[in-house]
Amino acid sequence: MSSIQTYTQATPEAGLKRALGMSRPDIIHEMNESGLKGRGGAGFPVGGKWNFAASAKSEKKYIICNADEGEPGTFKDRVVLQEHADLVFEGMTIAAKAVGSREGILFLRGEYTDLREHLEDTLQRRREQKLLGDNIQGSGVDFDIRVFIGAGAYICGEETALIECLEGNRGEPRNRPPYPVNTGFNGHPSVVNNVESLASAACIMGRGADWWKTMGTAKSTGMKLFSISGDCARPGVYEFDLGVTVADILKEVGGEGAKAVQVGGASGRCIPPSEYARSIAYEDIPTGGGSLIVFGQQRDMLDVLENFMDFFGDESCGQCTPCRVGNLKLLEGVKLLRAGKCSMSYLKELCALGETMQIASKCGLGQSSPNAFLSVVAHFRDEIMGRTYSQA
Amino acid sequence: MLMTAHERLAGEIRDLVQKLGRNRSSLVPILQEVQKQHHRIGTYAMQVIADELGIHPVEVQSVVSFYAFLDGKPQGKFVIRLCRTISCDMNGKKRVARQLENDLGITFGETTKDRHFTLEWTNCMGLCDQGPAMLVNDRLYTKVTPEKVHEILEECRRTFGVHATERKEAHLA
Repeated sequence: MSSIQTYTQATPEAGLKRALGMSRPDIIHEMNESGLKGRGGAGFPVGGKWNFAASAKSEKKYIICNADEGEPGTFKDRVVLQEHADLVFEGMTIAAKAVGSREGILFLRGEYTDLREHLEDTLQRRREQKLLGDNIQGSGVDFDIRVFIGAGAYICGEETALIECLEGNRGEPRNRPPYPVNTGFNGHPSVVNNVESLASAACIMGRGADWWKTMGTAKSTGMKLFSISGDCARPGVYEFDLGVTVADILKEVGGEGAKAVQVGGASGRCIPPSEYARSIAYEDIPTGGGSLIVFGQQRDMLDVLENFMDFFGDESCGQCTPCRVGNLKLLEGVKLLRAGKCSMSYLKELCALGETMQIASKCGLGQSSPNAFLSVVAHFRDEIMGRTYSQA
Repeated sequence: MLMTAHERLAGEIRDLVQKLGRNRSSLVPILQEVQKQHHRIGTYAMQVIADELGIHPVEVQSVVSFYAFLDGKPQGKFVIRLCRTISCDMNGKKRVARQLENDLGITFGETTKDRHFTLEWTNCMGLCDQGPAMLVNDRLYTKVTPEKVHEILEECRRTFGVHATERKEAHLA
């Protein structure tokens, strides 16, 4: 039984059937009306992306589903692909109709290879049901999807790095612009959308933009999936309307009394109890990929930080200096703090370094990796300074 | 006809290129297939792939060295990847790691002498609500405890998993 009510309630293929009968501008208009923003973390409007790709001139265009869910603490796409793969493929097919694409690629991360068989079976069944292939449902639209398995690199969640991997290169992000919607896979316009964005797009086409807007806030419409883990009684994937407060979520998952909550995975922010009344929405605490890691009172925030900085040091592609060196410097700083050997002036320097990384890094990885460090230093200074003990 | 291991490998790669396409976009899938069959991508394999795709072998090597699931060094038949990310960490990954090291007699990053097991860390694999999580080749294990480690290793020894069979090993020997 799926915990994702909106997806379970969606009438199968209602969105696709409706889209096949609509003009391309009308589909894009509907997406724009809904206000759906990218659910992978960057939050770029889905309708806008489709529109750019639709107006780009090219013989070939690609619809790429980004299933490279690697953000620590995020697992909602795994659940969506397991339980609602049809909805994701339906969303891709709708996008294909909207931008005029004939070829789709689902980029599945290497760690999710166990899902491959299920996805291939679902694709095969859809071909037999004439939901994929030539002349889908007699509409004249031709579109098919293949699965591409990643090779284990967090950075490939960044859309241009993902495309580099598809092209057979190291997953090093490109400069943007040009954006993939103009110059994407093999130089052709490509829409890269997150798994959840596509599944939600299918629901929106099925039930209409107005229905979607009844959920969420004016600036952050609709519902969002949240991956909840850590020190709480009921971890798992939850569906909440955007604008939900941290406190409401904690109550629902049995994580009351938490010492801190990391919102948006390792690249997100660490929220202290004084801010639990804030809401998760694009206009307040950014959702990121929708991950919440709950930390109980017993947790050492420097343990948490060391784990995160270790991760970024490992996963930085090494292309640009702020990210390659900066993450290691921050990691060293965390170790100094743990040993109780970090002066206040050095800590300030580290914070300045973090702020430089946010501005000077080439892609989202290095721009967001200092977030956790900076927010822990801002909110838990008492705990991390002047350590006289070292914990194993 | 008598064939050397190199000739056999080259033949396999040519078949793969035929099947997956002779273009740069097929590079990662080709490498994944070689990795799966031979538990490594050696320099000879890199050279053949480069020749087939018409690129410099260093291009192939640079891709192999970039990705965590592609290896130039020989790997065990069973690559055990334990998640080290925070949620699994808080659920007791350290004790599972210790027990794996004890039972296999190797530390993380190493391969057993019999080339059966390689032990590696991995970053988040999206099972944070069921940690500690572990991947053995393509198979997932969740809520792993130190006690369960032995059982899982025995299971590997008994049944050769998805891409590790005696036959395929003999094939290369």
